[in-house]
Amino acid sequence: MAGGDDLKLLGAWPSPFVTRVKLALALKGLSYEDVEEDLYKKSELLLKSNPVHKKIPVLIHNGAPVCESMIILQYIDEVFASTGPSLLPADPYERAIARFWVAYVDDKLVAPWRQWLRGKTEEEKSEGKKQAFAAVGVLEGALRECSKGGGFFGGDGVGLVDVALGGVLSWMKVTEALSGDKIFDAAKTPLLAAWVERFIELDAAKAALPDVGRLLEFAKAREAAAAASKDEFND
Amino acid sequence: TACTTQTQTQIDRDPKQPGAMAGEKGLVLLDFWVSPFGQRVRIALAEKGLPYEYAEEDLMAGKSDRLLRANPVHKKIPVLLHDGRPVNESLIILQYLEDAFPDAPALLPSDPYARAQARFWADYVDKKVYDCGSRLWKLKGEPQAQARAEMLDILKTLDGALGDKPFFGGDKFGFVDAAFAPFTAWFHSYERYGEFSLPEVAPKIAAWAKRCGERESVAKSLYSPDKVYDFIGLLKKKYGIE
Repeated sequence: MAGGDDLKLLGAWPSPFVTRVKLALALKGLSYEDVEEDLYKKSELLLKSNPVHKKIPVLIHNGAPVCESMIILQYIDEVFASTGPSLLPADPYERAIARFWVAYVDDKLVAPWRQWLRGKTEEEKSEGKKQAFAAVGVLEGALRECSKGGGFFGGDGVGLVDVALGGVLSWMKVTEALSGDKIFDAAKTPLLAAWVERFIELDAAKAALPDVGRLLEFAKAREAAAAASKDEFND
Repeated sequence: TACTTQTQTQIDRDPKQPGAMAGEKGLVLLDFWVSPFGQRVRIALAEKGLPYEYAEEDLMAGKSDRLLRANPVHKKIPVLLHDGRPVNESLIILQYLEDAFPDAPALLPSDPYARAQARFWADYVDKKVYDCGSRLWKLKGEPQAQARAEMLDILKTLDGALGDKPFFGGDKFGFVDAAFAPFTAWFHSYERYGEFSLPEVAPKIAAWAKRCGERESVAKSLYSPDKVYDFIGLLKKKYGIE
C-alpha cells in the first residue's frame, strides 16, 4: 500500500453498498478505518462529505470524499491499480460489458429486491419479487457469457460485477429466510448457485459480508418497527 | 438548430453471431432524434472527431430487429455498434469511447479523484433530471408540485456544482457537460410546465447552457427547445395525458 494513504470508510454494517466497498478494499488488501454511522443521527463528517445525497458509503481518501458504491469501487481500482487484482479488465469492450452488468444488478435486481422486501403494499412487494427473479434469470446468462469458463463474472478472478452482486449476498440469504423462496436456485440457475458458494468462500467475502444471522435479526426488528409505526396510524 | 438527416441502412445479418452484425466495420449509432441519451453519444463522438453512421430508430413506430438484437436486455437506444459489437447505456458508451479511442480528445480527466467527481455528477444527472422532468409534464396537482420542487432543487444543486467554472469539466468541456448538455433543449419545457425561470433559479446553469449551445458538437446534435416541447405534446397524446 502506498505510503501515507489514509482511508476512512463511512458506512453502516447492514448496507449492501457498504459491503461492496469493504469487499473491494479486502480484495486489494487495503487497510482502512471503519466508521459506523448511525443513520438516524448522521455525523457532521458524513453530511459534510456527502452533502448531495447524505448517504453511506463514503470513502474518504487522505481527507477527500468519494461517494456512490460503484464510483468508489472504480476509484479504488484506479488509484490502487498496482495493488491486488484489477476489478476491471484492460480491454475496452470487456470493461463496457462489466459496467453494463453492474448497472443491471443495481437497476434490475437490487431496486426490485428492495421493493420486494420493503414495499408498502402486497402488490408492490409481489411486483418487486417478480422483477427480481426475472433479473436473476438474466444474470445466469450473463455469468455464462462473462465467465468464459472461469468461475466469476470477471473470468478466472473476481471482477467489478462479482463485487456488485456479492455485496448483496447476505441480504439475499436473509430474504430467502424471510420469504421461504430460493433466489439462487441450483435447479433454475445452476451457474449462479455455484457462484454464490464460490464467492462466500473468498477471504474477502469472509472479511466483508455481514453475518447472515445478525442481519436476519436486524431485518426482523426493522420489519417489526415498521409494522408498529403503521399500527399507530391505524388506531 | 439543424441536425443531420438520418438514414436507415439495410445490413447483412450473420445468424451465427447473435450480437455482431457481420461485415460492419466502424461505428454505427442506433438512436432516436430527440433522445437526450442518444445526443450525449453524438456530442461525445463529435468532440472526439470520430466518424460514425447515424441510424434512426423510429421508436414511435416500434423497435427494429437490429435494435432488439443489439440490446436484447433493455431494447433501448442509444446503442453504439463498434465493428458490429454493441455497447449499451449512454454513459457506458461515453466511457467506452474514452477507453477504446485513447488518442482522441478525452472527456474524462486523467486524475482518479477528478474522474470520480465527474462520474458522480454524471450519475446525479442520470438519476435525477429526466425522471423528474417527465413527472413535471406527466402529472398534475400535488404530484406535479412535488416534481416542480424537486426540479428546482436539482437545478440549484447543479448550479452549485458548476460554480464559477465555464464547464463542469473546468476550462474544458468534459464528461459531465456531455452528459447534461442534451437537457439544455428540455429546459424550456421544464420552465413552461414547472412555471419557473431558469436564469432566476439557476443562473450559472443558464449561462452554461448558452455556452454549450455555442459548441458545434452540441449545436449539431440537439433539436430546438420548441421541437422538444412539441415532442412532449406528442408523448402526452400517446400516453393519453391531457
